[in-house]
Amino acid sequence: MGDVVTMDDLTNDEIIEILDCAERLVPVARGDVILPLLDGKVLANMFFENSTRTRMSFETAMKRLGGSVLNFSSIGTSVAKGETLYDTMQMIDGYADVAAIRHPRQGAAQYSADAVEIPILNAGDGAGNHPTQTMLDLFTIREAHGTLEGLNVVLVGDLRYGRTVHSLSHALVRFGARLTLVSPNTLRMPDEIVSDLRSHGAEVTETESLIDQITEADVIYMTRIQKERFPDEDEYAKVAGIYKLEASDLSGAKKGMAVMHPLPRVDEIDPSVDTTDHARYFQQAFNGVPTRMALLCRSLGVDVPKKVKK
Amino acid sequence: MTEMRRVTAIRNGTVVDHIPSGHAMQVIRILRIDTARATPVSLVMNVPSDKLGRKDVLKIEDRELNQEDLDRLALIAPAASIAIIRNHAVAEKMRVELADDLVNIARCSFSNCITKNNREPLPQRMRVVSHDPLEVRCYYCGRGQEIGELVENII
Repeated sequence: MGDVVTMDDLTNDEIIEILDCAERLVPVARGDVILPLLDGKVLANMFFENSTRTRMSFETAMKRLGGSVLNFSSIGTSVAKGETLYDTMQMIDGYADVAAIRHPRQGAAQYSADAVEIPILNAGDGAGNHPTQTMLDLFTIREAHGTLEGLNVVLVGDLRYGRTVHSLSHALVRFGARLTLVSPNTLRMPDEIVSDLRSHGAEVTETESLIDQITEADVIYMTRIQKERFPDEDEYAKVAGIYKLEASDLSGAKKGMAVMHPLPRVDEIDPSVDTTDHARYFQQAFNGVPTRMALLCRSLGVDVPKKVKK
Repeated sequence: MTEMRRVTAIRNGTVVDHIPSGHAMQVIRILRIDTARATPVSLVMNVPSDKLGRKDVLKIEDRELNQEDLDRLALIAPAASIAIIRNHAVAEKMRVELADDLVNIARCSFSNCITKNNREPLPQRMRVVSHDPLEVRCYYCGRGQEIGELVENII
């Protein structure tokens, strides 16, 4: 019931409700206000694949709310000895009240949700979904533009393997966004996703050119070409470094246009962009904390107070 | 001209009519009919049909299809009509109906799906997201599955 495996697990009203809760929790996320809403609760951070921001922001979110965290890594544990995901999750079902799971295999989060009683938050499954990232992305977009409705969002880079953009694009079209998908041909958004987006009535344009899109964009969402998801080095070399955004490219951009990136970046965004008003990616990384706080509260059935006082 | 009877009538078993032309071999696979077995299986392909233009027909002696068989069959032959034959007479007529949730019918074709580990104990599941045109996706990983792949990966 509190599972969030894909964005389909949340209605538009629920998304807005979670974003509103996250907004109220910002002072708690910063450590300015002490609010132990999740005192006595335990989060299992089940990371079968490496993560920096997602794992740490889940941990901070839980701890800032007075809860505690079990950190699991598949290296050197029973998983390395051949334990099934089912068995590992059975164990966690007995140890924790909620679990965040990241796994290299697609479908692992849904599989875990079916295997256990406790709520599962999908923290990324293969090239599948990453809905908690989507929630923080939506939070960041709303923070920049005051709304999610009717924006022109340009998604750039690895749209084939990038789970972040898969979840985000689904969510954005539900709020009436216009999507421009910019990628090399080999890294196009999978057909079934494009067909889903269009069936929602969304205007979706696919192109290989980023520069032509800058002046009309409300959001430019850059992604890293993920070396680790390529079957071979040659294919990677053909597309590595294909999109680079520099401060000088943004001279014609709309005021308020937000440049976002799930991070880590390699060379997609030049450091010269960091000091422009368009740069939102570090704020975006912080926003992972209040949004994951709100998601943890929802999964554990804990209400966030209407007013969070100092 | 009267259409000549191409295959003799069967005594006991099942007749699967209105299979889309050229798909009878896939039906044999999806129904897991052991072609090395002793009892006869008659197969007619590409015969004229008012309903489909051309169709395939399959007659399987000494086997009555059950509901699970029909769920599988629906993937390939959603318009098939089934007659159960007992003692040369039609004892029962059935229609196939494709369920929205297909449990343990086929394995996911995607190499990186969590269900690729044979030791994982939860059932294989597919969701039918659209009946016409047919669109089937793995319930866990969400990958679209081609009909040929489903037949290939039948459990």
